[in-house]
Amino acid sequence: MEFLYYPGCTLKNKAKDLDLYARRTAEALGVTLTELPEWQCCGGVYPLGRDEIATKLSSVRNLIAARDAGRDLVTVCAACHNVVKQVNHDMATDDYIRTRVNNYLQPETPYEGETQVLHLLEVLRDKVGFDAIREKVVKPLTGRKIGAYYGCLLLRPSKVLAFDDPENPTIIEDFLRALGAEPVIYAQRNECCGAYAAIENENVPKKRAGAVLSNAKANGAEELVTACPLCMYNLKKQADGTGVKVTYFTELLAEALDIR
Amino acid sequence: MENNNLREQILFTANADPKKCMKCGKCSGACPNYDEMEYHPHQFVSMVQNGDIEPLLKSESLYLCLTCMVCVERCPRNVQPARFIEAVRLAKIRQQGENRLTPQQIPAKIEEDTPQQLLVSAFRKYTK
Repeated sequence: MEFLYYPGCTLKNKAKDLDLYARRTAEALGVTLTELPEWQCCGGVYPLGRDEIATKLSSVRNLIAARDAGRDLVTVCAACHNVVKQVNHDMATDDYIRTRVNNYLQPETPYEGETQVLHLLEVLRDKVGFDAIREKVVKPLTGRKIGAYYGCLLLRPSKVLAFDDPENPTIIEDFLRALGAEPVIYAQRNECCGAYAAIENENVPKKRAGAVLSNAKANGAEELVTACPLCMYNLKKQADGTGVKVTYFTELLAEALDIR
Repeated sequence: MENNNLREQILFTANADPKKCMKCGKCSGACPNYDEMEYHPHQFVSMVQNGDIEPLLKSESLYLCLTCMVCVERCPRNVQPARFIEAVRLAKIRQQGENRLTPQQIPAKIEEDTPQQLLVSAFRKYTK
């Protein structure tokens, strides 16, 4: 299985473990992630405004490159996934946006949302299969109580992302079970960590990520797992001193496959 | 209804219909940053509908929406309140001199583990 891989800005810098172990574990599972040449930053947050055209262009350039290569586009960062997938949906469904973007970019063939955008977790669930992963686990995470932290970006808006049930997701819990761990269900797992407000108002992530951590801990979680570098940053700050460890899902997978 | 052009512009950018709102309050009830906000998601919807936009333009609430999409997800009428907050914020920061965040402010904010994603996202939301 081969996919085009869109790492995004942070996986090349502060979230290197998310990137490195995505590639290594994918390879071990028979999935080749070929990095998209000359990819451009997605911008971090989906531009909600209908007349926001320029801010959607970088995502469309990546999507066109994948279409022209005839491959599905795989993302690992939750934010990249959210942005690229929502822009792709606009290109498929919104004539106002599609016309303006194509007029600007002038691709040889106008882009109409043909590329399929997949998160690596979806590849693991739907293409590789959690049962196949379970068979390849050599160091099961037996006895580890891990809370899946979905946050916002993997799930919402669910009409567009179609990733999992937005209120009662199971994909990361199923993933954890395949690795031999014990998933911990807690109410705050799909609530926001405080996101970019961290840049100017520390109080927001303090309250939000703090609520996520204390809720997870109260339900017995000893570790949290995430797919988002910004969630990681906000959670880690609040996790200091609580004894709760926060890791990327690719790190856990690498550990269970014994390729860390 | 004052400032009709501004209202029309905001409605166009939002690309959503405030008249569909049945005022159930679910958006604000679900908002993770409700406590910090002066105007809440349901108020953005009704105040845009009523053309009462000046107070929103002046409010810190513009910068407190986290774009978590909970209000969009849980609205039973698909009003998409986050789109109104975004449209008002854009109406504000698209004006000259109204950037909330400047590159000059960044060096003082960088920590060892600050992810690029935080800077990119903050510029997308706070600056044009």
